[in-house]
Amino acid sequence: MKLSQYLLALLCPIILLTSCKKDGDIISADTKSSFTLEFEHQVNGASLALNTSTYKNAKGEDYKINVFKYYVSNIKLSKADGTSYLIPESYFLVDESKSASKLLTINDVPIGDYTKIEYTIGVDYARNFAGAQTGALDPINGMFWTWNSGYIFVKLEGTSPQSTATNNALTFHIGGVLDPNNTIRTFSAEINAANPLRIRTDAKPNMHFIVNAASLFTGTTDVSFTNLNFTMGGANSVLVANNYAKGLFRLDHIHN
Amino acid sequence: MLFLSIALMYACSKNEDEITPDEENVTFAIPSNFPKPAYSFENNKLTNAGFALGKKLFYEARLSADKSVSCGSCHQQFAAFANLDHSVSHGVDNCQGKRNAPPLFNLAWQQAFFWDGGVKNLETSPLNALTDVCEMKTDIETVVKFLKNTAPYPEMFKRAFGSSEINSQTVLKSITQFMGVLVSGNSKYDKVMRKESGISFTSDEQLGYNLFKEKCASCHAEPFFSDFSYRSNGLDLVSTDEGRSHISGVQSDFGKFRVPSLRNIEYTGPYMHDGRFYNLDEVLEHYNSGVKASENLDSSLRNGISLSSSERTQIKAFLKTLTDNEFIKNKLYSES
Repeated sequence: MKLSQYLLALLCPIILLTSCKKDGDIISADTKSSFTLEFEHQVNGASLALNTSTYKNAKGEDYKINVFKYYVSNIKLSKADGTSYLIPESYFLVDESKSASKLLTINDVPIGDYTKIEYTIGVDYARNFAGAQTGALDPINGMFWTWNSGYIFVKLEGTSPQSTATNNALTFHIGGVLDPNNTIRTFSAEINAANPLRIRTDAKPNMHFIVNAASLFTGTTDVSFTNLNFTMGGANSVLVANNYAKGLFRLDHIHN
Repeated sequence: MLFLSIALMYACSKNEDEITPDEENVTFAIPSNFPKPAYSFENNKLTNAGFALGKKLFYEARLSADKSVSCGSCHQQFAAFANLDHSVSHGVDNCQGKRNAPPLFNLAWQQAFFWDGGVKNLETSPLNALTDVCEMKTDIETVVKFLKNTAPYPEMFKRAFGSSEINSQTVLKSITQFMGVLVSGNSKYDKVMRKESGISFTSDEQLGYNLFKEKCASCHAEPFFSDFSYRSNGLDLVSTDEGRSHISGVQSDFGKFRVPSLRNIEYTGPYMHDGRFYNLDEVLEHYNSGVKASENLDSSLRNGISLSSSERTQIKAFLKTLTDNEFIKNKLYSES
């Protein structure tokens, strides 16, 4: 038997003992609880209906939406005293066609009153290059570019009579993290201090967000589908990201 | 604690007993003249079972849309895992791609993959070939489903990852174990550099090495014979392939491609991103007299690289010392 095995044998119980001790330090269940994030998809106030409803962009052009999905990641909650809690491994893919994906449950949040929420619209820089992932980041979800590593942060596909693409298609795959075409954007919302997000052991508060798909096409630059109907990263994706950074998400209300 | 220690020692020795005497452990060996690798296997523990699975997947043609093409179809061991005699590779339905299949070795030291550096992690590099309509034309969902329903894969995944559940992550990690272990560092050049006993360059090889350091090494930097940068070497006045700018979106990257390694160059032809040159003489003649004033031509090539006939002979003699026959003939990497 090798010396290293003796060392390992001696070391393992020590490691085990330390980890036991550490277990004792972990915040017990009664100091942590959960809450939910609910995303209601709309198009300028009308509820989003895939494939059927016709909407108008800021240029007055008609369009329909067939696919609408996006990543929300690195969710951070802050208290009035400035302390914050970053929800570990918080990567979620929200998909209009999968209703369960529009209600996220976040567990193990330290109890307290939170007055601010922030998250990344998309996926942070590091995870775009971090190798084979699982869960929401699994490339099986069709949100990973195989030829130019990185995630599609926001995917909207549809049609518009004004689109010059084949079959009048609209293809908006927004992503890319390298300058000058970095499309990582963040969302943050202050929460009314009179009704903060109250994480308690005896309640499961719900944060209700309105998500406006039309925000991709207005806000900073009004998009005409005659000129822009296809983007997969690059300058036009930045243009769209700058649009939705202003209006994709709105915190509507909290049920405590 | 004593009991625990004994139990642990037992566990350790038991693992060792499971290895049959004639089975050697697959290792990721770093040649002493190589720096620290970029990919460390830290989050993808290298095991015999993981490597064996990765190798089987690498040579598995049934993963492609028409079950005709495997990774190994275009990355052939006798060509240092490049595609012999193919300027560009043939994918499913006899589709011809637009770029030359690069050789596969020393990938653990590379930070970006493919001619344009579009893929940034070795683990996700197989996705490109699996999904490209001109390569294997499938998707990872189909691949996972096939593997779940095809013996002996569930059993092999269980041995490799402790669970017969198959997902894209374990598929990619196992292929990465195979690809990452492909280390080529036993060429004559390496042995001379490591001062291994009795091995030295011939006078032509030595003169070629001196010339190489003077005229080529600013891009083809030792020990990988690439600095992994993206450059235009003036193949065309206007490149038909946008190259690096397809990834970066920057016009100053138009027509640039990653500087390829010259290791095993003797066997990795045809050469260039589109495989336009079939032998090293054509390549050297390009640098001597064929460099065109392309938009983003590398500044070091403005006047080409003048090479006399004897200089070319010497450089070629040196380049052949970069052939690693142990790598090319290593049965560990072979299909069967």
